[in-house]
Amino acid sequence: MEKLKKKIRSFSFWNWVIASIIFRLILIYFPKNLNLSSRPEVSTPLTSFRRLAEGYWLKQSSMSSYAGSMYHGSPLLLSLLGPLTVKRIEGQPNHLLYSLVSVIADVVSAMLIRATGQNLRLAYLRGLESLDLVKQIDVSEFLFSGDIAALIYLCNPFTIVACVGLSTSPIENMAVILCLYGACSRLIPLAAFGWVIATHLSLYPAILIIPVIFLLGCGPDSPPRKLFLQRHQQKEVLNQSKLPPGFSWGPIIHFAFWAFLWSVYVLVLCGISLKQFGGLWEMFKSTYGFILTVEDLSPNIGVLWYFFAEVFEFFRNFFLIVFHVNILFMILPLAIRLRHRPCYLAFVYVAICSMLKSYPSVGDSALYLGLLGWFVNELADMQFSLFLFCGYVGVSLLSPVMHNLWIWRGTGNANFYFTTAMVYACLQIVLVVEGVSAVLNHDRKLRIRITGKPQDAKS
Amino acid sequence: MVLLQRPHILLLLIDTHQFLQCWIAFGSANEEGQQQEEFSEELLVKPLPDHKLLAHFHFQSSAPPSTSNGCHHHLFPKAISQLVQKFRVKEMELSFTQGRWNYESWGGFDPISSSNAKPPGVELWAVFDVPQHHIDASWKNLTHTLSGLFCASINFLESTATYSTPEWSFPPASGNVRYGTFPCEAVCTENLTPWLRLLPCRDKAGIALLLDRPSLYRGFYHSQRLHLTSTESSSEGIDSGIILEQTLTVVLQPNSERAIEVHASEKHVQPSWSLSSIFGKQVSGRCVLAKSSSVYLLLDRGLVAELKFPNKENGKSAANGLTSENFWSNPSFELSVNPDRIFLEESSSHSKSLSILYMFQVEKYSESEPFDIGLMWKVPVAWLCQQTPLHASRFLMGSGNERGAIAISLKSTQFTEGFMSANSKDGSCELRVDVFQVVPWYVKVYFHSLRVFVDQQPRAVSDFIEKIHVSPSKDKMSPGVMEVVLKLPCRVNTAALTIEFDKGFLRIDEYPPDANQGFDIPSAIISFPNFHASMVFLEDDSLNRSPLLSKFQDKCPVMSYTEVLLVPLTTPDFSMPYNVSTIKCTVFALYFGSLLNVLQRRVAEEERFLKAKAAKKTGRLPLLLSKLSAKLRGSGINQD
Repeated sequence: MEKLKKKIRSFSFWNWVIASIIFRLILIYFPKNLNLSSRPEVSTPLTSFRRLAEGYWLKQSSMSSYAGSMYHGSPLLLSLLGPLTVKRIEGQPNHLLYSLVSVIADVVSAMLIRATGQNLRLAYLRGLESLDLVKQIDVSEFLFSGDIAALIYLCNPFTIVACVGLSTSPIENMAVILCLYGACSRLIPLAAFGWVIATHLSLYPAILIIPVIFLLGCGPDSPPRKLFLQRHQQKEVLNQSKLPPGFSWGPIIHFAFWAFLWSVYVLVLCGISLKQFGGLWEMFKSTYGFILTVEDLSPNIGVLWYFFAEVFEFFRNFFLIVFHVNILFMILPLAIRLRHRPCYLAFVYVAICSMLKSYPSVGDSALYLGLLGWFVNELADMQFSLFLFCGYVGVSLLSPVMHNLWIWRGTGNANFYFTTAMVYACLQIVLVVEGVSAVLNHDRKLRIRITGKPQDAKS
Repeated sequence: MVLLQRPHILLLLIDTHQFLQCWIAFGSANEEGQQQEEFSEELLVKPLPDHKLLAHFHFQSSAPPSTSNGCHHHLFPKAISQLVQKFRVKEMELSFTQGRWNYESWGGFDPISSSNAKPPGVELWAVFDVPQHHIDASWKNLTHTLSGLFCASINFLESTATYSTPEWSFPPASGNVRYGTFPCEAVCTENLTPWLRLLPCRDKAGIALLLDRPSLYRGFYHSQRLHLTSTESSSEGIDSGIILEQTLTVVLQPNSERAIEVHASEKHVQPSWSLSSIFGKQVSGRCVLAKSSSVYLLLDRGLVAELKFPNKENGKSAANGLTSENFWSNPSFELSVNPDRIFLEESSSHSKSLSILYMFQVEKYSESEPFDIGLMWKVPVAWLCQQTPLHASRFLMGSGNERGAIAISLKSTQFTEGFMSANSKDGSCELRVDVFQVVPWYVKVYFHSLRVFVDQQPRAVSDFIEKIHVSPSKDKMSPGVMEVVLKLPCRVNTAALTIEFDKGFLRIDEYPPDANQGFDIPSAIISFPNFHASMVFLEDDSLNRSPLLSKFQDKCPVMSYTEVLLVPLTTPDFSMPYNVSTIKCTVFALYFGSLLNVLQRRVAEEERFLKAKAAKKTGRLPLLLSKLSAKLRGSGINQD
């Protein structure tokens, strides 16, 4: 019976994967009608396909690809994906090869998410076992979070749009997922590679180093360590083998070594490709500098563009610092409270970054929504989940309408579009806050089960 | 009284002038004979096919090199010479234009149109003779000086986002050129007055007397230009000092009420005109400081070809008929004044017929007998001006405020057909077209999207573009520059270049006061370097050559400017800065506060646990603190 259930599950999983790939291919075959690659939701100045093509054209005509203020991506991406922007196959859509690369990146990310999810589920079950809670909680009710997360990632309209819209975010997302996968399955060189590449491509994943350190130091998500100690105090036997391992520095030093190696490697490669132009300094100025100073004020689904278009020049630097420090401020409190759940911590960081980053796109949302699938069991009691779902649907329908009214028809104005961006930011805030609160409550519940005091389940 | 006084002043002026000239001649007796300041004034009038009239004023002053003359000037404007010395300007051209030159009906293949048809607004380019890294500083200072000198907003060209450095497509090809345009400048009398102040007689005497403001600005096209050439510091060749060339080109509609009365039935007849009817003034003698002062009437090649017709019917030789002395009683038109001389153009390679130039000396006339030429048409004439090899126009494609495309289209004209038939024997006939396009930074051009259409078929870019130079725009730093050399087959009917762009979004304080009016993309310059617009007139005495005619002989490439494009950009809500900041900051506070709240919240049981822990651990300091707080609270209550 159990086997059959598993078979059906895995069969339907692969069905969904294939269906989502076919759906992508169908969309790729009529890109002219969709024109997704120039939607502000899909292509930001950092991920735009047209800017990539422009950068490659400049490079081909022996100019620095950073000569104008068009291209702000990595030189490595240019050498890898650049040739695909001009390559054409007769009788096929223009950018078929490039789209195929995006589809492959999506599928690889989904598979890595699935593997990590299974890993997390095993770790979680092991934790429950060592707390002797397996009897109290029905394990068969436990959802296969890896499959769910992978399917959420693959079938999410945001992911599909980012993939078909030829943006570079599938590649960036893949690097982030590679990093988390490597850290979860203790493939330290892979984790270091993912982290270095993700940081190189879009800067914000740099803060993922904290969850990665926790992952390597004390293993994947588990109930808080305090609970184990309490449990053993109750039983009055200190079984060391059942306790989760403490923090170990070995893998972290190993990780630091590999991260250093990979970043030197990446910088050397970039240096070689930019040798005859400005060198690395120019690259940092027009990639990281461009991200941090919010120079491009074209509308996107974030909230910074309108703010910096309207704010007085005098205050510009002040607010730049405030908004970027806002991301950094939350790192420490979250790390303290969620240190026993490094993967969840990584999810929260990714969500916060995609909310507060200077040029967000739906590709970033696709990433954290996919990662959300890992924690379906922990987040089962989350509040406002229906409200959030409806909010996401509503915003993704209204935002293009408002953009159309403002830009194309001229009947609306910028405030219309900005309102949807504001609502979107609020939804993300609610998601993060409620998510964090749900996980903390989940841990509390576990403790109550151990100590056997049913009162004050929820505050 | 006034009448009495004026000749005195004039005499005085003449005396001074002569004295000075003698003095200069004495001072530089050992040097070459031409080492003195000179000024000449000329006016060229040319009837245009669409019942309009072109008047082209040409004033030229020259100063000898400062090494031989010091920094004192008699005729030459001091402001200009100081400017040249200070910023080491090698060559400079500044033009103020209102209206658009109509290349189709006013022609584009003659020296006047290729050097005096200018884009609307202000255009300034300058070549500096300073080291490469000082050029930008010199340019900035020059723009400020000129804007002060001409009461115009040329100082907007100071910022690096507005001017560009053409590499090779711009005529005085060298790396020291800076080129800037400001299409939305409104040109008016306040710009003309300082321009006139540079003339020795201003507009008080001589040909400049005709410059009556209301009639000038009533015209269809008005372009005042200042061209400066200095060989002061050049190491090579002749040292001829500074030559300042001031031209004013206007296209006017002659007031032709009488013509309509007479030939009411015939609409094709050209309006008759006279200088006094166009400008409302007459020339009362020359500017006494001028070396030469003359008025020309130019009859176009096309017009002459048309006029030949009646003569041919009479069986006479056309050329003889036209150059004969009694031409003013011609069957087709009548001149009110006898011309002093008639020049006939030397045979040109591009056209079969030749143009004719009538010269009138203004010196002979005085206040009592003012000079005024008039032209009275007797029979209707229709002709076409000689056009550029390809007619260039430019337009925007796409709708909405997000993206668009610029298209430059080239259409063959009747000239190309003639040229093609002439060269049809050899199959490999090619037409070279240079395109120079500057786009401001907020029009973000994707250079990889450049497409070439020849005869309405999309073609490979590399087949027709021989050379391309691109300098991409940097946000708020520099404009995008595109220089393209096109090699088109002569048989081409139409050719088009398209390039896509995204519209930029500006900060709220970067928009001009009327943001919804749109932003201008400066004209593209289309030049045909293989064709030269020059008119060589047969002259007997090469010594006494007029500057205007020698200017006509210069081989300048045929150039045309395209239309200025108006791009509407999206605007933010200008009334929102405070609302946006407050709403945005509220949302951030919401995020920060609620997340922190969730993180540090303890449920009741945890709190109790912590309290118990605290009670156990109570040391001295917490105890003291709690006592203190209790005391404070107690005292607070007491005070209440």
